Amino acid sequence: MFYIYCPHCGEHREEEEFHAKGQAHIVRPIDPAACDDKAWGEYLFFRKNPRGLHHELWIHAAGCRKFFNMTRDTVTYEIKEIYKIGEQPSVVAGNKLAGNK
Amino acid sequence: MSQKNRLGTGGRIDRTTPLKFQYNGKTYTGFQGDTLASAILANGIDVVGRSFKYSRPRGVVAAGAEEPNAVLQLGATEETQVPNVRATQQELFDGLTSQAVNGWPNVDNDMMSWVGKLGGKMMPPGFYYKTFMYPKSLWDTYESMIRKAAGLGRSPLENDPDTYDKVNQHCDVLVVGAGPAGLAAALTAARSGARVILADEQSEFGGSLLSSKELLDGKPATSWVKSAVDELAGCADVLLLPRATVNGYHDHNFLTIHERLTDHLADKAPVGMVRQRLHRVRAKWVVLATGAHERPLVFSNNDVPGCMIASAVSTYINRYGVVPGSELVLMTTNDYGYQAALDWHDAQRKVVAIVDTRQNPQGARVEQARKRGLNVITGSAVIEVQGSKRVSGVSVATIDAAGNKVTGAVNRLNADTVASSGGWSPVIHLSSHTGSRPVWDDKVVGFVPGPTVQKQLTAGGINGKYSINEALSEGVLAGLNALAKLDLPATEVVLPSAADMVEEASMTLFQIPHLLPTSKAPKQFVDYQTDVTAAGIEVACREGFESIEHVKRYTAMGFGTDQGKLGNINGMAVAAKALNKTIPETGTTIFRPNYTPVTFGAMVGRDCGELFDPKRYTAMHKWHVEHGAKFEDVGQWKRGWYYPKPGESMQECLDRECKATRDSVGILDASTLGKIDIQGADAREFLGRIYTNAWAKLAVGKCRYGLMCGEDGMVFDDGVTSCLGDNHFLMTTTTGGAPRVLEWLELWHQTEWPELDVYFNTVTDHWSTLTISGPNSRKLLSELTDFDLSNENFSFMDVHQCTVAGVPARVFRISFTGELSYEINVQANYGMHVWEKLFEHGKQFNLTPYGTETMHVLRAEKGFIIAGQDTDGSVHPHDLGMSWCVSDQKPFSYVGKRGMARQDCMRENRKQLVGLKTKEPKVVIPEGSQAVFDPNEPIPMTMVGHITSSYYSANLGHSIAMGVIKGGLSRMGETVYYPQADGRVIEAEICSLVFLDPKGERQNV
Repeated sequence: MFYIYCPHCGEHREEEEFHAKGQAHIVRPIDPAACDDKAWGEYLFFRKNPRGLHHELWIHAAGCRKFFNMTRDTVTYEIKEIYKIGEQPSVVAGNKLAGNK
Repeated sequence: MSQKNRLGTGGRIDRTTPLKFQYNGKTYTGFQGDTLASAILANGIDVVGRSFKYSRPRGVVAAGAEEPNAVLQLGATEETQVPNVRATQQELFDGLTSQAVNGWPNVDNDMMSWVGKLGGKMMPPGFYYKTFMYPKSLWDTYESMIRKAAGLGRSPLENDPDTYDKVNQHCDVLVVGAGPAGLAAALTAARSGARVILADEQSEFGGSLLSSKELLDGKPATSWVKSAVDELAGCADVLLLPRATVNGYHDHNFLTIHERLTDHLADKAPVGMVRQRLHRVRAKWVVLATGAHERPLVFSNNDVPGCMIASAVSTYINRYGVVPGSELVLMTTNDYGYQAALDWHDAQRKVVAIVDTRQNPQGARVEQARKRGLNVITGSAVIEVQGSKRVSGVSVATIDAAGNKVTGAVNRLNADTVASSGGWSPVIHLSSHTGSRPVWDDKVVGFVPGPTVQKQLTAGGINGKYSINEALSEGVLAGLNALAKLDLPATEVVLPSAADMVEEASMTLFQIPHLLPTSKAPKQFVDYQTDVTAAGIEVACREGFESIEHVKRYTAMGFGTDQGKLGNINGMAVAAKALNKTIPETGTTIFRPNYTPVTFGAMVGRDCGELFDPKRYTAMHKWHVEHGAKFEDVGQWKRGWYYPKPGESMQECLDRECKATRDSVGILDASTLGKIDIQGADAREFLGRIYTNAWAKLAVGKCRYGLMCGEDGMVFDDGVTSCLGDNHFLMTTTTGGAPRVLEWLELWHQTEWPELDVYFNTVTDHWSTLTISGPNSRKLLSELTDFDLSNENFSFMDVHQCTVAGVPARVFRISFTGELSYEINVQANYGMHVWEKLFEHGKQFNLTPYGTETMHVLRAEKGFIIAGQDTDGSVHPHDLGMSWCVSDQKPFSYVGKRGMARQDCMRENRKQLVGLKTKEPKVVIPEGSQAVFDPNEPIPMTMVGHITSSYYSANLGHSIAMGVIKGGLSRMGETVYYPQADGRVIEAEICSLVFLDPKGERQNV
C-alpha cells in the first residue's frame, strides 16, 4: 500500500484514495485524422512497461479529484517524484544524480 | 492426571491458579501462565499430531511461532472453531478445548500410519503429480481422499460470534519485538519523545529474557524488563502492544499488526470485548528486533516425539517450570546449545550425554557443563533416534571434522529426549516482505536482512547478534539512528550488562551423516509439517530441479502453515550439497506475508454483513419497501426491481406493470441515474469533444441524447444531456457509470484541454428523479402543476423549470419507454412528498409503480440500448445501428472519431446489434446464448454472435430479444439458431430493434 503525496492537497494520503491511470505524458495527436492506423494504434494501445523508473498518471479520486504525475520505481515501488500535469519530471531514467535524491 | 513433568518451583506460572483444559476429549490441568504446549508437555502428552504424508506421530518441537507440529484445532463450540493454532503460542485459559487435527481413528492410533509405512516408498516428492495423474477423470476422487488424509484443521460451519476491529496508526518508530534489542530501541526512542509503537507476539514483553537465567547487573533479567516496560508505559506517546504479531511489512513502511485481545481469556470474547484487532500502521521508521529461531539438526528419525530444539527445552524449564522428559541427550554444533543441558541438569533430571559435533570445544558453557560433571562427547553426532511414539534411545558415532561422514563405531544410549541445536537463523521474514533479498553471512551461518528501500533498521538477533549485551547495544544504536533520521534529539540511555561469556565458533553443519547414504538411511526430516526429508530434496535435485524455488515447490518444503521457519535453511543446505553449490549460490526462497496465520475475522474487521459495502438508497426507498418492492443492486444502489402484488409471480407482475404503463401511466424512481452538472464558457465545446454527436446548436431548454466513446471508438456510456443555460448543462449517465464518467470528463479536461473553461460536479444525490410514463402522464402531471404542458408549449426533448406539487422542479420531457413521458427532478428531500402526491392524484389513472425489470422490457420493446448490457467495450455506434448519433461535421476530432475509423472498425462482418424474434412466440432466449447460422454443424460450431437482452413482452404478446450477429444489419429476415446446453435449439428471425411503434408516434403526442 503506497503512501502518496497529493500535490494539490499538499498532504500524504493512503493509496486507497487514489487511482492509477497508467502511463503519463501520452500526447494526443493534434490532428488524429492525419494519423495512419499504425500511428493511431501506437498512441492508443502501446504502453511502456519499464523495469525501474516509470512516469505514471494518478488521480486523487476520493480526494480532490485532481490528476497528477508520479515517477515511480517499478522494482522497489519507491515514489521518486510527484509533479503536476503540464510539468516535466526532474527524475528520469539514466539521470543518476536525480535518481538518487 | 497429574502434571508429571512439572517442577515444584520456578517459571513464570502461577501455581495457585490451576486451569482445566481439554485435549482430544480428555481433561487436563495446567496453570495460569502456561501455553497450551507447555501444559501438554507438563501432562506428559507426547503425540500432538500425525504427519502430513507418512502419518508419523509427532510431538512438540519448539516453544514459539516456529512450531511445526503442535498445530491444533481450538474451539468448544461449532461457531468458535479455529484451525491452525500453534499450541506454543496459545495461552492456556480455563475451559480451553483443543484437538489434534489429523489421525484416524485418533492421533495415538492412526490407521493411516500403515499407509505411511507401507506406502512411504511410493510417495516420493511430487508423488501426487506422478501417481494421481491417470485417469484424469478420477482426479476429483483422489483429491478428496488426499485432502482428508492431509487435513490441517477445519473451518467452522457456523458464523463467528465475535467482533473484530481494524485501526489505523501512525508513529515515528515502530519497534517489532520486545526482547532485549527491541526494548532498548523503544526506550531510546521514547525517552526523546518520539511516538513509539512496541509490538510483540508474546503475552509479555521480554522475549528471550523471559526464559533466560542470565543476570543483568547482577539481577534477574526480568527485573530489568519490568522496569523498562514500566517506563515505556509511563510515556504519553508510546503504544505497547503485547499479544500482537507484526505479520506483514508492506510498501512505504506500512505494517499490519494482528493483536489478540481475548484469545487468552476464553473460547469466545467476553461480552463487550473485541476479540482481535488489526492495526494498520504507517511508521516513519521501523526497528526490526525480531530475534532468531534455533535450527534443529537433520538426522535419522529426528521427528520422533521427544526430539526438540535445544532452546525450547530451556524455555519450557525456565519459563514454564516444565521438564519435557527424564533423560536428555543434547546434540549441538555450538556453545549456546549447552544451555539446554545445563538447565535440564539444574532441574534435577538426567543428562545422558552432550554430543558436540565439534572436535575440541572449550567455550564458557562447555566448561560449565564439564564442571557439573556432565558427559560431553566431542567430535560426534546423534546419527539416529530409536522409538516410535517417544524417543527410547539414540545412536551416537564419531564424525569427521567436516561433518560429512561417520568415522567410528556406533554407541547406543538410552534417552527419552533429544535436544538439538544447529545454530540460529535470524528471523528475517518481515525484512523480505517488500522484496529485499536476504544475504548469507558466513559468520552468522545464516541469512541476514539484505539491502532495502524501506525506512528500516535492525537490531539484535536478526543481525546474528545473539548475546544479551550485543542485543541491548544494537537496540540502543537502532533507536539513536531512528532519532537522527527523524531529527529528534537523543537522550542518554544507560544499559545494564550481563556477564561476558567466552563463545567459540560454531560448526557449520546442517545434516548429520549416517552410516548409510541419505537415500537409504532412516528418514531425516527437514520440514516436519510437510514431511519433506533430506532424501526427498536429493531426489528433487536429481530430477533436475536446480532452482531453490523449484525445489521448494516440487517437495512442498516450507509450504506448511509454519512456512518452513525451522526447516528452510536446513533444506537449502541439503539442496546446496546435492547440487554441489554453496548456500548463497543456491539462494533462499522469499518469505511473504503473513508471518503467522491471521484469522479471517481480523482481516475483515467490521467490513462484513451490513457493513460489507456501502448501500445507497433513494429518497423514496421507504415507500418501495412498504409497497413490497423486490430490490436489485445496481452499483451500490438498491433499486426497485419489481412490485409484486400478493400471490403474483414475477412474470405476472412484469406483465401487469408493462401493460399499465403503456395503457395508462406508470412511475419509476430514476433517482439513481448519474447526474453531472457542467458549467463554464466552454462547456458546450467540451461536450462536443466528448460525445459523438453535435452539441453546438442545442438551444437552451432542450435535451439531447448522446453517446460517449473511448478513444478506441467503442461505446462506454450514454445518456441525455440538457442545456439549462448558455454555459450550463446537466449530463445524465448510466447508474453504474456515474463515477467513471465524471473521472473521464476530468481526465480529458485536466490532462488534455486545461485551456477550456469548464467545471464538473456530481449532483446525483441532490435530485430525486420521478419518471412518469404512459399516455396519461400529461393528465397526471397537470393535476400537480399550473405549467402549460401542451405539446406546443412543452414538446418532446424540452426541459422546463416549474412548480410540481408545490415545490420547484426541473421537468424533462424525455422518454426511455417510447411513451409520452416526464422526468420530474426535485430537490432530493422533496422526492417523497412529490412521489406521494403523484400517487394521491394517480389513483384515477391506475398509476402503477414499476421497477428496473419493467424499465428494461419497455425500452427493449423500443430497441433502446443499455450501455454495459447491450455493449461490452467491443461495439462502436455503427455496430449498434446508431450512425444517426455520430457526427462527421464537427470541426474538432472528438474522442472516438479516429478510433471508429480504424481498419478493423470499418470491416465487413462485424458483430452488429439487431432485434431477434423467436419462431415460437412464447419462448424467451436465455441472455448470453450463442448464435450459429447452421444448427447442424458439428461441434465446435461457428459462433456468430450472442443475445444481450431478452424478455417476454406482454404488450406485444411474444418474446423479444436484442443481440449481436455478424453482419446482422444486412441480414434482416434471416434465421439464426441458439443451441442450448439442454439440447434445445431456439430458432429466431433477425429483425429491426424497434419492436413497437417504429415511427415514434407515442412519445410525440
